[in-house]
Amino acid sequence: MNLVADVDVRLDEFHEDVHLEVEEGEVVAVLGPNGAGKTTLLRALAGVRPLTAGRIVLGGRVLDDPGRGVLVPPEERSCGLVFQEHLLFPHLDALANVAFGPRRQGVSRAEAAAVARGWLDRLGVADVAHQRPRHMSGGESQRVALARALAVGPRLLLLDEPMAALDVTQRPVVRQLLRDHVGGSGVSCVLVTHDPLDATALADTLVLIDGGRVVQRGTPAEVARRPASQWVARMMGVNLLSGEVRGQRLDLGAALTLPVPGAPDGEARGVLALRDVGVQPGGRDTRSDAGLDARSAVGWTTRILTLQPTGDRIVLGLEYPVGLQADVPAERAGGHPWVEGMSVRAWIDPGDVELFGPSPT
Amino acid sequence: MAGSAGRRRRPPPLLLASGVVAVGLLALPLVGLLARVSWSTLGSDLTSPTALDALRLSLVCSLWATGLSLLLGLPLAWLLARTEFRGKSVVRAITVLPLVLPPVVGGVALLLAFGRDGILGRPLFDWFGIQFTFSTAGVVLAETFVAMPFLIVTVEAALQVMDVRFEEVAASLGAGRWATFRLVTAPMIRSSLVAGAALTWARALGEFGATITFAGDIQGRTQTLPLAVYLALEGNERVAVALSLLLLVVSFAVLVALRGRWLGALRT
Repeated sequence: MNLVADVDVRLDEFHEDVHLEVEEGEVVAVLGPNGAGKTTLLRALAGVRPLTAGRIVLGGRVLDDPGRGVLVPPEERSCGLVFQEHLLFPHLDALANVAFGPRRQGVSRAEAAAVARGWLDRLGVADVAHQRPRHMSGGESQRVALARALAVGPRLLLLDEPMAALDVTQRPVVRQLLRDHVGGSGVSCVLVTHDPLDATALADTLVLIDGGRVVQRGTPAEVARRPASQWVARMMGVNLLSGEVRGQRLDLGAALTLPVPGAPDGEARGVLALRDVGVQPGGRDTRSDAGLDARSAVGWTTRILTLQPTGDRIVLGLEYPVGLQADVPAERAGGHPWVEGMSVRAWIDPGDVELFGPSPT
Repeated sequence: MAGSAGRRRRPPPLLLASGVVAVGLLALPLVGLLARVSWSTLGSDLTSPTALDALRLSLVCSLWATGLSLLLGLPLAWLLARTEFRGKSVVRAITVLPLVLPPVVGGVALLLAFGRDGILGRPLFDWFGIQFTFSTAGVVLAETFVAMPFLIVTVEAALQVMDVRFEEVAASLGAGRWATFRLVTAPMIRSSLVAGAALTWARALGEFGATITFAGDIQGRTQTLPLAVYLALEGNERVAVALSLLLLVVSFAVLVALRGRWLGALRT
């Protein structure tokens, strides 16, 4: 294990207690809402926020252990840092920014410049070598920032929302870039993000944190298939149904039951893709319109609580069961828009629900 | 804009009137000074031995004071901006006090601390024979006391505004504290550093009250330009006007330099 960290940090009104392990070459994404403690975690690993308790061991070397009075300063940790605002030194050109690290390691000026040129070249930004950061685009800046962090050969790369400040055209480009240069480079990496898309695209392991605690950890597929809570399900973009199985029917409450052949009695949870929920206005039976099998689909009447347009699709938040979301075409038949508070008929095919064990607690 | 298109709305007459009076109040003394300048003798007035001594002393002392302020004020500004410690608010209050303290009071206080009978001045004199009163070192001390707050306040503000994560990135790249300051922090607050140093220098150059109270008025040793102006006014008004003009030109030059090149630092 390259990194083993028990991060215990107490700030004024916030207590973070997160255990994190990262293997050699593994990319771990720490996913959570604003204020969850993601940045605090990163700052503790980087050494700019000392631990209150716990321990950080990187490559067999203790970096922080308040119990034993050990605290290695940031400059001796070999942790590369990349922030969303890239934070390139504004008074240095791209080449000097990237050469900064090697120079601090005692490499000669000429050699550092050669190393920097190599990294800029590898990341496809050799042409901005002699430009100051203010003349670069967001994507170029982020590439230079990544080159700067990688140029010192860090044992651990810390990425703080590296894509959040990029425009939509640059995001997939930089995401691909990170996948090529982080995923395949053998560098251990902790990626902090609030975007599940970035996390699932880049990470081998997801660690979901909220309120300073780990809510769930696992591979992206595991987490998406078995979200530990409604909140995790929401982060991963799936629906989480929970209820009780009795006589091969899953009771979701208030008279809504789904046939679940073969399922044992007891507490049960299941995931359902947002696109597998059909929604039709009014009380009309439109099972076939919604593309659902007319014989097996289960329908009920509910209301639209929230609307979240995503281009040509729209995510509808339904009143019942609590938290259920449906991803439907933005334009419904006849060109009528979806409206908040609209009474609708919702449909799901029980065959689309993937059951997994009883809920903990 | 409420008036007809293309015309600016007139400000209220009362405001306009008081504004004109204010400008007059600030500008008239300068006009008066310029009107009294004896241009034909300006050269000889400025090169009289008294004037040259004062000019040389002023330059030397104000540059020393600026250097000392940088040497002592920069670390303090950094500590105030980047660290937490007990009594920080007290330290900050002490730091800015000389900005509002009447310079004469500063001079008296310096006398009581560093004078021959002062709490620090007496042991310094008894043990090492060091004396600040009536010495050029005393002038430097007085000027530093009065001017250093300008540097500290300006630089601390710049450090507060700067994103500390630049320094964290530098550290993550292997730069120690000093390398980080030298290679990242200082260049990033350069304009504020220059502005702060220029303000400090200008304030030191114009220092009068604390200097005359603490260091006295000895030509060639403690008589700086402002002191020379004040003294010349008694006997040779023409010289006083000439020296005043010189100080005015220097002040104006500092202002223009700051506005032109370092505009951003003073605005933020």
